[in-house]
Amino acid sequence: MRRVRAIFPIALFLLAVTANPGRAELFVDVTGPNFEPLPIAITDFYGNDEGAAQIGRDITQVVTANLERSGLFKPIDPRAFIQDIGSLRAGPRFGDWRVINSDALVSGGVELQSDGRLRVEFRLWDVLAEQQMTGLAYVSTPANWRRVAHIVSDAIYKRLTGEEGYFDTRIVYIAESGPQNRRVKRLAIMDQDGDNHSYLTDGSTLMLTPRFSPTSQEITYLAYVNDQPRVYLLNLDTGQQELVGNFPGMTFAPRFSPDGNKIIMSMAEGGNSDIYTMDLRTRQVVRLTNDPGIDTSASYAPDGRQIVFNSDRGGQQQLYVMNADGTNVRRISFGEGLYATPVWSPRGDLIAFTRIHQGTFYIGVMKPDGSGERMLSSGFLVESPTWAPNGRVLSFFRQEPSDSQGRVRSRLYTIDLTGFNEREVATPIDASDPAWSPLIP
Amino acid sequence: MRLTFLSIALSALVVAGCETTPDSTADQEGVVSSEEEIVAIQQQGVQAVPGSQEDLDILVGPRVFFDFDSSALRSDAQATVQNLGAWLEANPTKRIRIEGNTDERGTREYNLALGDRRAEAVRSYLMALGVNGNRLTTISFGKERPIRLGSTPEAWAMNRNATFVVLN
Repeated sequence: MRRVRAIFPIALFLLAVTANPGRAELFVDVTGPNFEPLPIAITDFYGNDEGAAQIGRDITQVVTANLERSGLFKPIDPRAFIQDIGSLRAGPRFGDWRVINSDALVSGGVELQSDGRLRVEFRLWDVLAEQQMTGLAYVSTPANWRRVAHIVSDAIYKRLTGEEGYFDTRIVYIAESGPQNRRVKRLAIMDQDGDNHSYLTDGSTLMLTPRFSPTSQEITYLAYVNDQPRVYLLNLDTGQQELVGNFPGMTFAPRFSPDGNKIIMSMAEGGNSDIYTMDLRTRQVVRLTNDPGIDTSASYAPDGRQIVFNSDRGGQQQLYVMNADGTNVRRISFGEGLYATPVWSPRGDLIAFTRIHQGTFYIGVMKPDGSGERMLSSGFLVESPTWAPNGRVLSFFRQEPSDSQGRVRSRLYTIDLTGFNEREVATPIDASDPAWSPLIP
Repeated sequence: MRLTFLSIALSALVVAGCETTPDSTADQEGVVSSEEEIVAIQQQGVQAVPGSQEDLDILVGPRVFFDFDSSALRSDAQATVQNLGAWLEANPTKRIRIEGNTDERGTREYNLALGDRRAEAVRSYLMALGVNGNRLTTISFGKERPIRLGSTPEAWAMNRNATFVVLN
């Protein structure tokens, strides 16, 4: 299990360049009607020996891919660059970058220090204003260069959009293979760009719906161990698996509370499913719903004060919100169709869901009061939205109809909140049930 | 009263067995349905061991089916479960597990709950018929264990089921 190491940024002083006063600051505004991705030039990070230079090129490749994949940036083809990275060390020749229509420029350097550690610095430049916007340096181990690249990507993203980034994150999901009636499902994890992929289980035990802890390197999920479906906890660092509680019936649909201290889940007993929480520290179990209908798929608001969940207590699957103590239950979904899998955005402003209407599945969002309902994607079967920690990008899975031989295709996708930039995520085999981690601490 | 119920139920078994299982046309390779096994056993004149899974599949039927998004036992399903009750009475040491399943046209977690409801519907009915609940366990597989390949209404109808598994 890959160990995550803390990386602390060090601010770099501004290089002495002439500022261009009176010009508005460079900013990626995605709310305007004619949004165009921001042209940005990302140069190979300089290295004073071949080892450092290779890491520099690798970092640049990861940063470029991240920013391009977000749909908000348009990296310029490096073959068009005029100024070389050697002379760039002394500062940009802004004319060279203006002439290739680059609004922003990223330069950087990589050093393998004598103590064996890796030092990476970068600067983000506003080409038209001819000034530095950000300069940061990081020190870590050489093996961690990928994480540094993601952190650099997040810093650039945040500086230019005003929003938190989401590149230094991982996605846990269920890797699937085989025909429909003999589907093998394994727990898998990867960086959000698809790299660093590994399988956490071998598929001999059916596993479903993994979710990340917001505060620790743990995931919770449903596993059929000895034909007993129950919620478990897996520590990603130690590999230790632990049964959550000692419930008499099937427990499923688990999520963490925002403070990481509780698991909220459903328990099915005697044909009835209700929502419970268990405090991981005290093991105290609290029942939150007491209704003969199906109550499941609970998700906390980021302030921990409210919970959205899925219930058919009114006759059909709909979305309901309640206080964290189970009081004040009110329905929020009133559109046509069935509503399911609600997930509260980490920004608190929206709830994502799966909707089924007239044989078509949709991924949509609505405000917590149920207004402003908007569909983002649709298909034969799209399901299980999960939010990136910046509350701006979502992932879900899309499954195609199976053929008469039972062959079926299921893949992960990401999509921007605006409904644009839907992209397939590269996974080694089929995939479902994605869950996005918080920013890695 | 018990004996009467048993004799009535047994005499109705053959008829009910033909009516309750939907037509399974053109089974694909690799998907061996109980109907095929039943025909094969009957053609060979092999008697299934009383109390075995094959015996249950032949005399009662391996499963019952449900309408979309429903856990209500239709009248054909009720007849099968009555036969199952009779079979359990005739094999008093046997324990079974009732596995609840759904089609793929719903979301994963809700379908886990729906499968549980379907398994429980069968269990409750059996207990109302006098079967001891200790002999009946349930499990839900939601949409994870389709028995019929393909994404067609016929496949979905078969995948909405509660299946009986002899445990001992």
